[in-house]
Amino acid sequence: MAGFDKVVSSYAEAMAGLTDNMTIIAGGFGLCGIPEGLIKQIKNMQTKGLTIVSNNCGVDDFGLGILLEDKQVKKMVSSYVGENALFEQQLLNGELEVELTPQGTLAEKMRAAGAGIPAFYTATGYGTPVGEGKEVKEFNGRPYILEESIMGDFAIVKAYKADRFGNCIYRHTAQNFNPMAATAGKITVVEVEEIVEPGELDPSQIHTPGIYVDRVIQGSFEKRIERKVLAK
Amino acid sequence: MALSREQIAMRVAQEFQDGDYINLGIGIPTLAANYVPADIEVMLQSENGLLGMGPNPTEDELDADMINAGKETVTAITGASIFNSAESFAMIRGGHVDFTVLGAFEVDVFGNIASWMIPNKLIKGMGGAMDLVAGAKNIIVTMTHADKKGNSKLLPKCTLPLTGVNCITRIITDLAVLEVKNQAFYLKERAPGVSVEEIREKTAGELVVEGEIPEMSFA
Repeated sequence: MAGFDKVVSSYAEAMAGLTDNMTIIAGGFGLCGIPEGLIKQIKNMQTKGLTIVSNNCGVDDFGLGILLEDKQVKKMVSSYVGENALFEQQLLNGELEVELTPQGTLAEKMRAAGAGIPAFYTATGYGTPVGEGKEVKEFNGRPYILEESIMGDFAIVKAYKADRFGNCIYRHTAQNFNPMAATAGKITVVEVEEIVEPGELDPSQIHTPGIYVDRVIQGSFEKRIERKVLAK
Repeated sequence: MALSREQIAMRVAQEFQDGDYINLGIGIPTLAANYVPADIEVMLQSENGLLGMGPNPTEDELDADMINAGKETVTAITGASIFNSAESFAMIRGGHVDFTVLGAFEVDVFGNIASWMIPNKLIKGMGGAMDLVAGAKNIIVTMTHADKKGNSKLLPKCTLPLTGVNCITRIITDLAVLEVKNQAFYLKERAPGVSVEEIREKTAGELVVEGEIPEMSFA
């Protein structure tokens, strides 16, 4: 690696340094915009005791769901889970912990972490089980709860294109949580459909500036569709 | 006669104003998109990061990178925009979305809503519902007036864990349109052929009936 060139040539290199009990922030919404190869690499590494912060947890045999097969996940921080049988089973057995977090709060926890903001007030969740035990403060007569941001030891991100310097663009709704995740990792790894040379992407169209990115790897994607619904 | 799911959706769509940005929850709310009056334009927001959601794609248009918040494949209309999740919830939590329509298990006279969790059943999560009820300018709840056993879902106080507090102002059920204010449900319209007595019988929270209550119109 030289200068700002962040491209790595193997998945082993991409996830080097990941060890047991680390926290991983993952981009993706359902199976859309997930770093498929990086997730498979985590499975290959057999890292255990992981806390994974991601909107969802994949399905039984695809996406983050594959990390449940060998009980690699200790805790999920998500807004919506349970699309798979293994997840349900491990949750009911007490082998897996889940911290259900409102979707907007989850996005903001990542965004705030990346921006150096340790906590923020939000009206979301006040008066509900989510707000229990959290500090409440009134602003303009309305109560808000204090939510803490979440930084990951690693962030794993899926982008459409990145240049060698790590500047990324996303495609359509595969963007979702990826830009926030990219800012919230001590080490941020981006798996992309296409690596291009610096200068090929219009600087004003970059979604994630390369400063947030540590490693870029060329991926190959199945891009499975969770719910294929066609026009009637 | 109690309204069908489609009729509830039709009545919901009558609430939309020209130029509204609207977020529709899963189920009956989603059906409302089919009944937007022909003389107005609205734009649908999907909280995974799409403003200007279009219909499901044809086989040729199918694209794994284009889904809605229900994870179904969709298209974008002309003039749509696509953005990240923090941006999406900034427009929701910042009060920029005009309308949100969602289902519920229970609503009470304080405008509290319970829609995401039944204790001792598997809990899948709240998704974006807590953000939506905390942020949207206007919220409409759609649901059946009573459950299958005949128990009212319009209560003096919600019994299930809440999704949001003091946030619901309008409810459209299979029997009635109601407003929530002054710690009561105010009856505004009846489903065609449904009597005030039947609605009163199936409303556990305080029901206020002022004057003649018109039937809903589906002209």
